[in-house]
Amino acid sequence: MASNLAGLGVSSGAIVGDITAFGELRRRLMDLGFTPGAAVRCLFAAPSGDPRAYMIRDSVIALRGSDASLVTLAG
Amino acid sequence: MGLTLRSVGRGAAADEKSGPRADLSVALAGNPNVGKSTVFNALTGLRQHTGNWSGKTVVTARGYYDYNGRTVAVTDIPGAYSMRAGSAEEEAARDYIAFGGADLTVVVCDAGALERNLNLALQILELTPNVILAVNLMDEAKKRGISVDTGGLSRALGVPVIPMAARRGRGVEELRAAIDGFEPRPFAYTVRYGESLEHAAAGLELTLENVLDGRLGARYAALRLLENDPKTLESVNSHLGFDLAAHPRVSPALDRARAELADAGVRDVPGLLISGLYSAAASVRARCVTGGSGYGEGQLKLDRFLTRRSTGIPVMLLLLALIFFITVKGANAPSDWLYALFERIGALLSRGLSALGLPGPVHDALIFGVWRVLSYVVSVMLPPMAIFFPMFTLLEDLGYLPRVAFNLDSGFRKAGACGKQCLTMAMGFGCNAAGVVGCRIIDSKRERLIAVLTNSLVPCNGRFPILIALITMFLVTGSGLGSSLLASLALTAFILLGVGMTLLISRILSRTVLKGQASSPTLELPPFRRPKIGEVVVRSLFDRTLFVLGRAAAVAAPAGLLIWLAANLRVGDTTALAAVTGALDPVGRFLGLDGVILTAFILGLPANETVIPIIIMAYAASGSFQGYENLDSLRALLTQNGWTAVTAVCTAVFTVLHWPCTTTLLTVKKETGSLKWTALAALIPTLAGAILCALIARIF
Ligand SMILES: Nc1nc2c(ncn2[C@@H]2O[C@H](COP(=O)(O)OP(=O)(O)OP(=O)(O)O)[C@@H](O)[C@H]2O)c(=O)[nH]1
Ligand SMILES: [Mg+2]
Repeated sequence: MASNLAGLGVSSGAIVGDITAFGELRRRLMDLGFTPGAAVRCLFAAPSGDPRAYMIRDSVIALRGSDASLVTLAG
Repeated sequence: MGLTLRSVGRGAAADEKSGPRADLSVALAGNPNVGKSTVFNALTGLRQHTGNWSGKTVVTARGYYDYNGRTVAVTDIPGAYSMRAGSAEEEAARDYIAFGGADLTVVVCDAGALERNLNLALQILELTPNVILAVNLMDEAKKRGISVDTGGLSRALGVPVIPMAARRGRGVEELRAAIDGFEPRPFAYTVRYGESLEHAAAGLELTLENVLDGRLGARYAALRLLENDPKTLESVNSHLGFDLAAHPRVSPALDRARAELADAGVRDVPGLLISGLYSAAASVRARCVTGGSGYGEGQLKLDRFLTRRSTGIPVMLLLLALIFFITVKGANAPSDWLYALFERIGALLSRGLSALGLPGPVHDALIFGVWRVLSYVVSVMLPPMAIFFPMFTLLEDLGYLPRVAFNLDSGFRKAGACGKQCLTMAMGFGCNAAGVVGCRIIDSKRERLIAVLTNSLVPCNGRFPILIALITMFLVTGSGLGSSLLASLALTAFILLGVGMTLLISRILSRTVLKGQASSPTLELPPFRRPKIGEVVVRSLFDRTLFVLGRAAAVAAPAGLLIWLAANLRVGDTTALAAVTGALDPVGRFLGLDGVILTAFILGLPANETVIPIIIMAYAASGSFQGYENLDSLRALLTQNGWTAVTAVCTAVFTVLHWPCTTTLLTVKKETGSLKWTALAALIPTLAGAILCALIARIF
C-alpha cells in the first residue's frame, strides 16, 4: 500500500488522506479536489514516467512526482 | 479558433465604458474549459476564440445582445478553480464577480464534473444570491452515461439551473429567458462548515452586519476574515475603502472568534473551508447526478497511446511532420496560382497607371514597390497559413495540446520551467504576441517570464512561410511527393531547433537571471472532444485569410513603397538602401548572410512577412532582374547574388532566431512592465541566432 500519491501505481486507486504541501500548492491541490477522503486514481504516466495523470472528482489532473508525494493516502 | 492576437480576446475586449449602455450586466464565470466562451459566443453572436484546453481565454471580453427590449452586457472571464484566487487573472476574475458590479453571475458548469464545478458555484453563492447555473456539456455527459437532474439541482441550490449543450446551441434561448426573468429567491443553499467554525463565525457575523450595512455579505466577510488570506482581504478592503480587520468594532470580535477557534482546536481554517465546500458539493451531486463515473475506456486507450514511452514522442513528431507535409504539398499549387493571378492583375494595373499618364517613377514605385510586395505576401504567406491553421486547430479542439505539454513536461522541468510553456509555444505558432499574452496561464512568475522571453523562438505566422520558401528553393528542390516529404522533414527540423533552443535558453535563464526552483504546475487534461470539422476549417480559413490580407494591406504595402524608394532613389551615386546594405555587409557575411539579408531582417522588424520581398527588391534594384513568375525565377535571382545552400540555411536559422517583431516587443513590455525584460526578449534570440549562424558559416 503506497503511503503517498507519488507511490500509487498506474491503474490503481486510493483515498486521499492529507495534504502535506504548504502555501500556494496546498491551496491549489485542495481547490482541484484533493481533499481528505476524496477518491483518486492514477490513469497514466508521461513517457519519462513523470508527471502522471490522476483522476480526481471526475477530472484528469497531471502532477509532478515531487508534488504528488505531498498528498498522503488514507489506510 | 485561430491563433492570432484575437484568440486571446483582444478583439472582443471592449472597455467597460465604451460600447452601448446596458440595462443588465451578466458575468460568465466557471472552471476552465467548461465552455464559457462557447456560451458567450452563443449569447452574443461574437466569435471569442474557444479551444479544448484550460486557459484559452486569458483576457476578459465583453459583448452585448438585445432581449425583450433590453440590452444585456455579457462578460467572458478567464476560468478559475476557486474564488480564493491564485494567479493575477484568477484574482481579476474573482474581483470582477465579487465587486465588479455585474448584476448577475452565470456560473457555467461541466455536467460531467459537477462536484468540482459546484465547489466554485457554492463559493460564488456565498458572495451573491444573484446566480444562474448553466450546466453545460450535457451532450458529452450523456454520452458518458451521466444524467443530471437539473430540476433537483435547482431546488437544492435555490437558483435557476439551465441545462445546456452550448456548442450545438442548446439551452441558449432558455438561458436568455432565465437571465431576463431573473429574480433572486429567498433561499439559496448555504454551506455549513462544522459546529466550531459556524459558532465562531456567527458571533463575528452579527458585528459585521452592522458595520458593513449591506455593502458586502456579512457571512462572506466573516468567513474571509477567519480564513485570513491576505490577497482576498486586500481586495475586500479596497472594495470597502477601509481595513476591515482593523475596524474598531470588528477587530475585538475577530479576536474573540479566533480565540474560540483555537480553543476548539481548529487550526487550518482554509483547509476546513475547502473540505466543507467539497463535501457539500459531493452531497448535492449525489442527490442530482446518476450514473457514469471514471474515465471512458476509449479515452483512456487513446491517452495511453499518446503518452506511452514507446509511442508518445514518436507520434507527436509524426503528427508535426504530417501537418507540415500536407502544408508544403498543399500550398504549392495555390501559391503558384495566386502568384500568376497577381502578376496578371499587376500587368493590368501597370497599363492603367501608364494610361493615366503618371510619371515613370510613381508607376514603378506603385507596381514594383507596393504591388509586388503585396502579391508576394499574399501568394507566398496565405496558402501555407490557410492550410496549416485549420489542421492545427483540429488538434487543438481534439484536446491534443495539453497532452503535448504533459509529454514534454519533464524536459521543461529539467530546464527549470513549466510544461504549460508548450501551450504558449503552440500559440506562438500563430502569433508571438498572442503567445506572450497567453503566458498568463503559467502561475509561477519566474516561469512565466521564462516563457515570455523565449516565446519568439517558435516561428510565427510571418516567419513560418519564409522557412518553407527557403527550404523549397534551396534545400529540397523539385515538387514530387518525395521532395515534399523531405521538405516537411526539413521544416520539422527547423521547428525542433526552435524547441531545442527554447529548452536550452530556459535552462540558462533558470541558472542565471531567473534563478529558482521549478514550481509545481497542475495541468488539467480535458477529455478528447470531436472537433466540428466543417466549422473549424471554414472559420480558421476565414480568420487566416483576413489576418494575412489585413497585415498585407496595413504593413506590407506601405513598407513596400518605402523600401522601393530607398532601393531606387539615388543619393549621389548610390541609393539609401545600397548604402545601408553595403555598411552591414561585413557583419552579414560573418553570419553567413550578406548585407542585404541582414538589412531585410532589420527592416522587417514591424512585420517579418516583408523580409523576403525586401531582399528581392534590393537585389532587383541593383541588377537587371525581370521576371517573378515563380519560385524558380526567385531562386535564379538569389543565386545570381551569391546565395548557396549555406546562405539559405543561415537565413532560415536567423529566421527562427532573431529579434521578435515590434508588436511582440510591445506586448512583452506591456506584460512584464519592464524595459529590461523587453530588451532581453530581443537580445536572447538574436544572440543565439548570431552564434549559430556564425558557427554554420565557419564550418561549411
Ligand atoms: N461537446 C460539447 N463541447 C463543448 C460544449 N461547449 C463547449 N464545448 C467545447 O469545449 C471546449 C472548451 O470550450 P471554451 O468555450 O473554450 O471553454 P472556456 O470555458 O471558455 O475555457 P477557458 O477560456 O480555457 O477557461 C471547446 O473545445 C468547445 O468546443 C458543449 O456544449 N458540448
Ligand atoms: Mg474561454
